[in-house]
Amino acid sequence: MKILVAVKRVIDYNVQIRVKEDGTGVHTDNVKMSTNPPDDNAVEEAVKLKESGKAKEVIAVTIGEEKAQETVRKALAVGVDRGIHVKTDSYVEPLGVAKILKKIVEKEKPDLVFMGKQAIDDDCNQTGQMLAALLGWSQGTFASKIQLKDKIVQVIREVDEGLETIEINLPAIVTCDLRLNEPRYASLPNIMKAKKKPIEQIFVKDLGVNVTNRIQQLKVEEPPKRKGGIKVKTVAELVSKLKNEAKVI
Amino acid sequence: MPREAMEYDVVIVGAGPSGLSTAIKLKQLDPNLNVCILEKGAEVGAHILSGNVFETKALDELLPKWKEEGAPIKTKVSKEKFLFLGKNESMSWPTWLLPSVQKNHKNYIISLASLCRWLAEKAEKLGVEIFPGFPASEILYKDDGSVKGVATLDMGLDKDGNKKDGYEQGMELHGKVTVFAEGCRGHLGKRLINKYNLDEGKSPQQYGIGFKEIWEVSDKQHQEGLVMHTAGWPLDNKTYGGSFVYHAEKKQIYIGYVIGLDYQNPHLSPFDEFQRFKTHKAIKKMLEGGKRIAFGARALIEGGIQSLPKMHMPGALLIGCDAGTLNMPKIKGSHTAMKSGIIAAETIIENIKNKTDLSIYESKFRSSWAYKELHKARNVKPSFSWGLIVGILFTGLDQILFRGILPFTLKHKHADHETLKPASKMPKIEYPKPDGKISFDKTSSVYLTGTNHTENQPVHLQLKDASLPINYTLKKYDEPAQRYCPVGVYEVLRDKDEKSPKFVINSQNCIHCKTCDIKEPSQNIIWVVPEGGGGPKYGNM
Repeated sequence: MKILVAVKRVIDYNVQIRVKEDGTGVHTDNVKMSTNPPDDNAVEEAVKLKESGKAKEVIAVTIGEEKAQETVRKALAVGVDRGIHVKTDSYVEPLGVAKILKKIVEKEKPDLVFMGKQAIDDDCNQTGQMLAALLGWSQGTFASKIQLKDKIVQVIREVDEGLETIEINLPAIVTCDLRLNEPRYASLPNIMKAKKKPIEQIFVKDLGVNVTNRIQQLKVEEPPKRKGGIKVKTVAELVSKLKNEAKVI
Repeated sequence: MPREAMEYDVVIVGAGPSGLSTAIKLKQLDPNLNVCILEKGAEVGAHILSGNVFETKALDELLPKWKEEGAPIKTKVSKEKFLFLGKNESMSWPTWLLPSVQKNHKNYIISLASLCRWLAEKAEKLGVEIFPGFPASEILYKDDGSVKGVATLDMGLDKDGNKKDGYEQGMELHGKVTVFAEGCRGHLGKRLINKYNLDEGKSPQQYGIGFKEIWEVSDKQHQEGLVMHTAGWPLDNKTYGGSFVYHAEKKQIYIGYVIGLDYQNPHLSPFDEFQRFKTHKAIKKMLEGGKRIAFGARALIEGGIQSLPKMHMPGALLIGCDAGTLNMPKIKGSHTAMKSGIIAAETIIENIKNKTDLSIYESKFRSSWAYKELHKARNVKPSFSWGLIVGILFTGLDQILFRGILPFTLKHKHADHETLKPASKMPKIEYPKPDGKISFDKTSSVYLTGTNHTENQPVHLQLKDASLPINYTLKKYDEPAQRYCPVGVYEVLRDKDEKSPKFVINSQNCIHCKTCDIKEPSQNIIWVVPEGGGGPKYGNM
């Protein structure tokens, strides 16, 4: 069994995002970047399957600029065997990402593809689903538990109503929830070993896929500032304010 | 289970200006050396905070081609101002009357964090291994009492010390020489100073707490290259401190405040003094309509050479502000820290090659320009123990007329934790409420630092005596930790009836400034290092 894990480099979740004044995006200069948190869970799960003997090889793939390699390097440091870096300096939409991943899947022929349920930068929550559609594979999204059985995988999904248990055929795409596991820390010797593990670099243009963006971004702006609340003295005043000022009743 | 160990020629603790300079210089002198740097921040620069008006002297020696190689040092100082502030007025002090150490026309306004990131890239290209997110938590000794190396912290313990799922044991890093470059009040440096009595015969170390904010302002308010300092309001004559306002590139203003931690009034809140300072009309006009985009605080060294401990011990060196090489009247420490790091590298090469004792560091440092300028500056800070006015008059004589050659050395009399007077004997200070535009509260400020510590880990702010804050410090000093901590880590919570006060430590908010470890009157708070990657995530501070 071979598992491919997709990881994305995003602004660290602790960093306070600053919107550029001209509305073209957010500041990323001198900003701490990290692996998208649920992608860490995806990596952890794949490595666990390898440690338990159920998977033979785990490959991490990322798409992005030169520094995106750091996320693959981090995956290698916690037990992933080798990495692929698909290089591009421009923004790629989820559909483009799914198309690129499809090419990688065709090349590497994994039985399972893991990734985070969504990325914390664009919150799209589309790539896994689109990849499943393009490949015609089964999908288990928002996984909080994954169990491999013979040729099928049981996925417990975090859905609005609670937990949903499904069984899907392999090959399959599984997108991971933060509750899936607790990602391990990389140890120093493993970080050093990871520096020697191979990362194959591929250029988007050599893959022969059309990743032209289809969405035009008009403007990025900060959410409106929350106004301070007020205290009301009586229920009547509250009702009157809700009716006349807030106009919600 | 025994810990794994890795062997290096040189192990450096801390990827700041001094540690990175040591690493670079070592590899320049001998590319075959195995050198590693441990850094507790999530990445290099994440825990760096400094003004910073940068003097390039040490960098010129270390990497003479820094300009061609694209160092993030762009904004040359083009204008200087010094203001004395009264409550409502300000008086400009002619710059020709400033001592030459306070003239900056050859210097640059920089972000030290950016410079450190750049230096780290240089070091990595030379083959230095840098491990961000791995704090050194323990000093290892050989049987003969010399330093053997350090161990990194176990990761993945819960608050009671039990192993969690992701547990990862710490490991040992052994070096022929270990270099401690943790910055001001390093938690390992403090232990080394005690163990080897490095501060024997020296004055107690003096510290300050420094705040910094970065603001984005309009073109009209911005004058790239302007460096301004102030003294006076809102501090009283007895409290040592002042502000800096640096107009950096990209329409940014670096504004900050430094207060000597030898202040006497336990009611004083350094954070609120800084916030109040910004509301002075001479300052406010530069910020109005602008946006605060970063906040941070860090303790700094003010003791000078009277307080500078011995910087060598068997198997190890203590450099930069882990020892205390900041030049207070110059309000600069990066260049001297870097120089101390360069000298460390030269010392280590001789030590490894010729078995020369590390104690040659002392004479090498003493004959350097770094020592000479610290010597010249030595009497400025202690003279301010006579108050602001006398301090300024004395400093005028000492620095302008005599240029630091007066044949005596003033001593620091007290450690900073000894200077507080009982709360009942000192006036309470009523701070104005923050307006949310120019001045802010602690909560919104810590939010900007991006600080986080993994939940459910052992508390890294340890009390020697857990009952002391309520039973003694609250009664006598109204528990000043509530105020000297710049981000509100320490709180005294009371019931509705104002009874049964409880001392609470919100350690997840800690921005690693070390002020509590310095100022706690009974030295009851011990700052130890939390899990790697915790603490602030400063961008370009």
